[in-house]
Amino acid sequence: METARTDERTKLREIIARYHGEKSSLIAILQDIQEAYNYLPVAILKMVGQEMDIPLMRVYEVATFYNAFSLTPRGKNVVEVCAGTACHVKGAINLLENLERELEIKCGETTKDETFTLEQVRCLGCCSLAPVVRIDGNIHAYLTQQQIPDILRNYRK
Amino acid sequence: MSKINTLEDLNKAGKRGLATLIPSGTKIMVGMATSGIASGAQDVYHALDREIRERRLDIILSRTGSMGMDCMEPLVDVLEPGKPRLAYGKITAKKAPTLLEQIAKGTIETIKPFYRMDEEESIILGKSKRYGDGSVPAYLKEIPTIKEIPFYAKQVKIATRNCGLIDPESIDEYIAKGGYSGLYKAITGMKPEAIIKEVIASGLRGRGGGGFPAGIKWKTCREAKGDVKYVICNGDEGDPGAYMDRSVMEGDPHSVIEGMIIGAFAIGSHDGYIYVRNEYPLAVANLGKAIEKAREYGLLGKNIFNSGFDFDIRISKGAGAFVCGESTALMASLEGAAGEPRAKYIHTVEHGLWNRPSNLNNVETWANVPAILTRGGKWFAGIGAQNSTGTKVFSVVGKINNIGLVEVPMGTPLKDIVYDIGGGVPHGRKFKAVQTGGPSGGCIPEKLIDLRVDFDELWKAGSMMGSGGMIVMDDRTCMVDIARYFIEFLESESCGKCIPCREGVRRMRDILEDICAGKGQAGDVELLETMSQAIIDGSLCALGGSAPNPVLSTIRYFRDEYDAHIKEGRCPAGVCKALIKYSVDSETCTGCGMCVKVCPTGAARGEKKQPHVIDEATCTRCGACLESCKFDAINVK
Repeated sequence: METARTDERTKLREIIARYHGEKSSLIAILQDIQEAYNYLPVAILKMVGQEMDIPLMRVYEVATFYNAFSLTPRGKNVVEVCAGTACHVKGAINLLENLERELEIKCGETTKDETFTLEQVRCLGCCSLAPVVRIDGNIHAYLTQQQIPDILRNYRK
Repeated sequence: MSKINTLEDLNKAGKRGLATLIPSGTKIMVGMATSGIASGAQDVYHALDREIRERRLDIILSRTGSMGMDCMEPLVDVLEPGKPRLAYGKITAKKAPTLLEQIAKGTIETIKPFYRMDEEESIILGKSKRYGDGSVPAYLKEIPTIKEIPFYAKQVKIATRNCGLIDPESIDEYIAKGGYSGLYKAITGMKPEAIIKEVIASGLRGRGGGGFPAGIKWKTCREAKGDVKYVICNGDEGDPGAYMDRSVMEGDPHSVIEGMIIGAFAIGSHDGYIYVRNEYPLAVANLGKAIEKAREYGLLGKNIFNSGFDFDIRISKGAGAFVCGESTALMASLEGAAGEPRAKYIHTVEHGLWNRPSNLNNVETWANVPAILTRGGKWFAGIGAQNSTGTKVFSVVGKINNIGLVEVPMGTPLKDIVYDIGGGVPHGRKFKAVQTGGPSGGCIPEKLIDLRVDFDELWKAGSMMGSGGMIVMDDRTCMVDIARYFIEFLESESCGKCIPCREGVRRMRDILEDICAGKGQAGDVELLETMSQAIIDGSLCALGGSAPNPVLSTIRYFRDEYDAHIKEGRCPAGVCKALIKYSVDSETCTGCGMCVKVCPTGAARGEKKQPHVIDEATCTRCGACLESCKFDAINVK
């Protein structure tokens, strides 16, 4: 347990050093932590506060203010349904409800097997391809409800 | 790579750029902005690359950004020596070998290009360069030129001048198109005050939404007290439905960087920041590479053009907060804090980032600056409308045929954008409205189709320019649902600092949800109007101050739709789920069983080859049957 903690502290120090420990780089540091852990574990956030001499309250404020951060573990594949205006007028809400049914979770939740996390994203800026869903960074354009089961199957592999 | 210190060095780099821009051999360019990649451009690129290697063809393969016609992507351009440049739309990996064979044979038999370009324009240099000797081979004469294509005919490209024409990773190609000559002119030949004068003369107004005159902002920041000043580029393009800044950052990052260096020199700043939204990874990557290149060339760093002027830029990634597009919130975020706006009576040009004078402009604004410096403020002011000079990039999306990015002179009639450039509404449906200005904007109804689009005209119509999103809506878009959609967006994006926005917007959302759910009451519309006024008057920043706009503009122009929901319990557009019914038209239904197969609740039933029915009680109005029916037999009312 102690060694695990020490390892994590070393890993964190490496991340902080990338930004020379600058307090103004807190958001970038949290982004890198999320990249490494897939979410922001509370234990690591506490260490961030200690290492950077920032009150935990501040760290927590930033971690909860921005939509990109998650305080709970996310699935292996993050499914993001675009909720931009172009996607909205082309029926994105039906895609979201379909995904909720297919994955048997609500938006914002992670499947039990931790394969998928379902989220809504504000606008991916791919309005010409609306409606779009981004899975694992790949954009699926002009998506229809009918295509969803096959697409999810590919990510389950 | 050696540094660029003199005009001669710059010209040398330009010559190198020209050699790859218009090479002596055949070149194929694949449009690889985010939208291109999402349409499969990566596969097309790899397929072409593989074929070229296997066949040992003497062809240069390169990447470029987006020419704006996103509905034709993946786009592949072919440039053969002595011939016009040909644009091929909707190219797939499978078509790659055919395309290469066709090039080898010198025909356009199997895959037809959809336009040709006889010359390459450089708006910066103010001249065009003809490909080859400018003659057009007989077999290409049937292909329309780019200017004959309705989508491009009325466009004038200044901010997006290089997108889709140059390799965004090649600084030399950017220089070949006249890049960094504006910077050279500014730094070596002009006093900061003269530069500011030029920008004021151009009439350039901020393209991020507010439309504040850029030159005046620069002047105030220059005159503000303080040794350390900052220049910031707002790349937090958060308006849903707008993506022009993404396209510029991805396709022509140096235009933004050059604009910022010129601005910094004029203002007296040595530190720049580009704040890019988290959702744009390719923009971050391309800007990062461009900054590295500019540093290698000495165009960023110490002693730029041997002038003694130092300037460098850092990229900061947002983390998914719409409010960070607001300047004071963005600066708070740059400081590493939560992005909460503050009152604007303390001006950021005097007390901005770290309480120091800071000049913030958005991506498109910065990208215009190099053109203003090379061609002059007067030239820029001669384009567009009187108080809205220059051009504006719009993302024309939604229920429109030619979806894409268009750059037109300010003051272009909305009709031209929707019908000539956009090609009208698909599937023969009726055009209803255009939503502009993002969540702070409003809906322009069909009766105002002749409106000349500029900052002031949009404002008069109850909307605003915003960053330039234009979402086209047809008779199947419910305006009450659109109002609810934007209010819901703003409710969740409100930072929660001030009460009118945090609580007021939430209450408005409750009322709009009730109306959409068929639970609206008499007096709801009036209540929404009263609350709107209170939120406009009482909010601290522009997010709250303009939050009611989508509601007010839809009430103003589409009151009948609100009344239909409230008084008649009906959604005329067939969108609000609680107020609509799905049914099968027994005349057109062939009994193919598709709806039965896709229906998640078993509400769609029927025997094969017999007209099907939808059981209202179990139907969830998910739309799966409507989407899958090939015979248009599903009715929604």
